[in-house]
Amino acid sequence: MFGPVSLTHYLILAAILFAIGIVGIFLNRKNLIVLLMAIELVLLAVNLNFVAFSHYLNDLSGQLFVFFILTVAAAESGIGLAILVVLFRNLSSIDVDDLDSLKG
Amino acid sequence: MEFKTIIFYVLSAVAVLAALRVITARNPVHAALFLVLCFFNISGIWLLLQAEFLAMALIMVYVGAVMVLFLFVVMMLDINVERLRQKFWSYLPLGAMVGLLMVAEMGMVLSGKYFGLDAMPGQTMPADYSNTKELGRLLFTDYVYPFELASVILLVGIIAAVMLTLRHRKDSKHLNPGKQIAVKAKDRLRIVSMPVEKDQPAAGQGE
Repeated sequence: MFGPVSLTHYLILAAILFAIGIVGIFLNRKNLIVLLMAIELVLLAVNLNFVAFSHYLNDLSGQLFVFFILTVAAAESGIGLAILVVLFRNLSSIDVDDLDSLKG
Repeated sequence: MEFKTIIFYVLSAVAVLAALRVITARNPVHAALFLVLCFFNISGIWLLLQAEFLAMALIMVYVGAVMVLFLFVVMMLDINVERLRQKFWSYLPLGAMVGLLMVAEMGMVLSGKYFGLDAMPGQTMPADYSNTKELGRLLFTDYVYPFELASVILLVGIIAAVMLTLRHRKDSKHLNPGKQIAVKAKDRLRIVSMPVEKDQPAAGQGE
């Protein structure tokens, strides 16, 4: 376990981060802004997997994919936060339970 | 224990603790700051994996831009934390069960022999190898079409964010730039010819 760092170490670290992100989505079910942060954590874990595989397989395509994931994630959080601001302007709250006007 | 292994364990321990604080912090500002710490440590781990360009991009794009955006939004909103924290811990048993189950499953799969050092030995690059140069070469040759698509996605993101948050207040005074540019001098200024005033007051009247 304490030998040289292998791919397993990185993959398990990414798995732990991914699980923490998912648990964060469960725990902060009401708070929309921490929900967005938990999604960022999940994306970070996925990116870590890509970079680790890219290093150990000696293939740079994985790192390029991380590049594109970063781009999409930045656009996603930008639009998500814009929606959040509009939501707060209209409802004066970011509680997910208040978002029931569609009665779905 | 190798020096690299020690670095790996320190960075990953801080990253995991910071991630745990992100999802449990009471104050969203603290959560955002702990997310910055987590990103910082993961960027160190990417340096261990010899992905120097992405490590720097993570710091600049995420810590520098996205997390500052998060902090701005958190500080603009006036959030009633107490209401959002109601029944917070009641979701913990279910969430912890799902999380531990996922980690246990993935741990069982990943700790097998297929991802060990025997199956996948680490790469050692020559000293003059440049990760950034190689990434750039690939990005502008094989991946140039996805690269252009990424720029379109960012453009869509910009326009969507601006259009979503734009609001016209009724009482705000604003100019119409088109009308302003189209205005001519004769619309604003009228020169009239008038006869010169001749009758001056008589000299020496006040003496």
